[in-house]
Amino acid sequence: MAQKTHTEHGTVYHVEPSPQGTLLSIEEFNLWYGPKQALFDVNMTVEKGLVTALIGPSGCGKSTLLRAVNRMNDLIDGLQTTGRIMLDGTDIYSPTVDVIALRKSMGMVFQKPNPFPMSIADNVVYPLRVDGIRDKRVLKEAVEEALKGAALWDEAKDRLKDNALGLSGGQQQRLCIARAIAAAPDVLLMDEPCSALDPVATAKIEDLIDELRGRYTIVIVTHNMQQAARVSDNTAFMYLGKLLEYGETSVIFTNPKGEKTMEYVTGRFG
Amino acid sequence: MKSNPDFAFRRKAVEASENLETGGEAHESAPANGEPVVVNQVTEEAGPQSAVSDAAVPRRSVAWDFKARGEPFLWLFGGGLSLGILMIVGFLALILYHGVLTFYPVPIEKVVLRNGTVVAGALTRSETFKPSEEIIAALPEEIRGKIAEAGGVVRRSLYQIGNFDLYNEDFRWVSEYDVRETSTPPDLYWIERTEWGPFVGSIRLLDLGGKIVGGSAVDPAMLRKEHDAAARRRGRIREIERDEIARINQILEGDRLRLRKIELAQGKESAEYRRLQEEMKRRTEELESRHRELSKEAEGIRDLDARFTMTLADASGKEKVLKLSDVVRMYPANTLSPGEKLKIYFSRWWEFLTEEPREANTEGGVMPAIFGTFCMTILMALSVAPFGVMSALYLREYAKQGRMVSLVRICVNNLAGVPSIVYGVFGLGFFAYVLGGNIDRLFFPERLPSPTFGTGGLLWSSLTLALLTVPVVIVATEEALSAVPTSMREGSLACGASKWQTIKYIVLPRAMPGIMTGLILAMARGAGEVAPLMLVGVVKLAPELPIDAVFPYIHLERSFMHLGFQIFDVGFQSRNSEAAKPMVFVTTLLLIALVFAMNVTSIMIRNRLKRKFFTGHF
Repeated sequence: MAQKTHTEHGTVYHVEPSPQGTLLSIEEFNLWYGPKQALFDVNMTVEKGLVTALIGPSGCGKSTLLRAVNRMNDLIDGLQTTGRIMLDGTDIYSPTVDVIALRKSMGMVFQKPNPFPMSIADNVVYPLRVDGIRDKRVLKEAVEEALKGAALWDEAKDRLKDNALGLSGGQQQRLCIARAIAAAPDVLLMDEPCSALDPVATAKIEDLIDELRGRYTIVIVTHNMQQAARVSDNTAFMYLGKLLEYGETSVIFTNPKGEKTMEYVTGRFG
Repeated sequence: MKSNPDFAFRRKAVEASENLETGGEAHESAPANGEPVVVNQVTEEAGPQSAVSDAAVPRRSVAWDFKARGEPFLWLFGGGLSLGILMIVGFLALILYHGVLTFYPVPIEKVVLRNGTVVAGALTRSETFKPSEEIIAALPEEIRGKIAEAGGVVRRSLYQIGNFDLYNEDFRWVSEYDVRETSTPPDLYWIERTEWGPFVGSIRLLDLGGKIVGGSAVDPAMLRKEHDAAARRRGRIREIERDEIARINQILEGDRLRLRKIELAQGKESAEYRRLQEEMKRRTEELESRHRELSKEAEGIRDLDARFTMTLADASGKEKVLKLSDVVRMYPANTLSPGEKLKIYFSRWWEFLTEEPREANTEGGVMPAIFGTFCMTILMALSVAPFGVMSALYLREYAKQGRMVSLVRICVNNLAGVPSIVYGVFGLGFFAYVLGGNIDRLFFPERLPSPTFGTGGLLWSSLTLALLTVPVVIVATEEALSAVPTSMREGSLACGASKWQTIKYIVLPRAMPGIMTGLILAMARGAGEVAPLMLVGVVKLAPELPIDAVFPYIHLERSFMHLGFQIFDVGFQSRNSEAAKPMVFVTTLLLIALVFAMNVTSIMIRNRLKRKFFTGHF
């Protein structure tokens, strides 16, 4: 499908829009870690129900941008931001926003699987428990639904009470994904979820992302270009804190419009 | 040989020196094991001929290799550790040896001296010594000769002769040369009494309420029966006086205090006061008549009891009449079977652990001290745990890390170095006088000027020791908290948990093993501290236990006894240091066992927690 390509402030856009609309709108977003600026005037949208990939060489700010969406960067001292990230009409960086409520509406999966030292079931319902939901029936249903959604139900249904740390790496990551989707979040943020896993587990997770598409909006940071090509609908290429190109994945990887994008995608650097 | 450059170098050195010696071609003759020492020896033996190759092969001395491999340090570290362990084991073995053997009944020896005096007692220990010139000069010829043969060294033995009321001393040294003969007569009894310490002697006759039984007709079974009956009488008298009469006194005292409270609040003329006064007068009359009944009952038992006596004779024939109920334990020390000795041994241990002390803490049991130590340690742990953990949580999780927080941390660490007696002074000055004084004025004005909380007691002692041990808990907790990986915290926050929820569900449980380590250390340290306690609430002899059946069941204002203080008091402040020595060892053994038991329990709890969380350290 021919996209409307346009360039603005040095970024080339040819985004495939979603039939469900736009979920997030990042506008003029800058971010500083103390004196060091990490993001320069990022403008992009995240389309609802689609998978958006963030690619770029190391240190380009893709993880920073991802963590800016659920304000995980707030944990770092000396953080400063300008610009807005609009979610459902509200700027999530406005001072009146309840950060904890914001994070409840998003799920995050980290690079290294980080299951809690509790049972598998307790891990999955953790977001519900901290939200105050104690009804055992509701929790039980949530466990089953989330684990099925994360393709871990068959392997885990007989050992829901076992300690989660006894699972293999791939299973632990799928558990983290189950935990992230347990509270039915709007956005699923994944920070290089497969980089610590073997190829078989990676394939399973990529299949999972494919299944989750449509129900969840997924933003995935990856340094694996083949993965981005396989899995995402839109891809954003970042370089040194700037968003250089953002558009339909197939176009970025076959006919990138930006020069640096072309160099990165063909492997000349990165 | 592998391509290890070091080995290659050494091989070349060997070859070079061999070339010089043989003058022929070098062959692959590197020493099979590559031993550096061998190589060096070869190099050195090569001597002056190797002058040429020396320039190419820098020498390395044997000493350098030895140090480089670290052998001396291995021995040093290992030796240091072994020395430490040896000292601890040696110390424990010494305590165990003396402590375990103390209660075992020993035979009584009857020693007839050269001058005819008879000494009967239990052999405590013997040693060698050099008598002075005057003493030797006063001795007859043959003995002086024997002493001279032995090099002027003489052996003497210490006997516990008991009968303090007869002799005014309970131990006596007997020098070997003074002894004419020694025997172990079967009729000598060792009698433990409620006062004056042990009695050593034989039973001349028994007076059982008028019925006289001569010494030779005394049958051990009958003696035991009568003694048990006498002990029951003694127990009943004590029950009447200690429990029942005391309870009446307590009620009377409570009434008096209530009256005084009303007087202070409303004055002597108020209606309330007069009504209360009437009510109390009635009750006082009831109670006083009950008091008279009980006293009469006690009197009756006492009178009956006084008719059951024993006439005893010591080794030289002096007589002493003793009430049967004054006897705690007696046995014929020289005619016991091993089974009977063991029975006495265990009964003494039982008495030690469950009875109260007598004879200024040199006899009887230490149960009040055990109880007091236990109560105080539990109370201290309960105070230090939340206080220390909460402070550490704030310092590590909530406070903005900067200069102020570092300063606070330094101060906390330095608190651990303050001498413990300073804590005692602080406890007395602040807790007891300031806080306690104010509590007294606000809540117990009717008891003034007699202080309730305004003096040392269980509560202030526990708080003082909690303060003493809080730095340990804070440091251990902080370490444990910072060991929780950030990834876990981030995972929790990303799930929408607040900071407090993250701490409650993720961080604290994961840090719990480390926190428990801190608590164990704190408890072990606190249970053994004596100096601060001496100022804030420990006494030599406490009239009541801090926990009893009277509301409010736990009396935090009472003074209590403590094992550590008991050791100090018995060891250094008793009239009779020789008699006290065995008690010191047994009490030390008990204190070590108690602290050990507490530590083992805590470690078991901690291991359970560790297994739950798969942590690799702490």
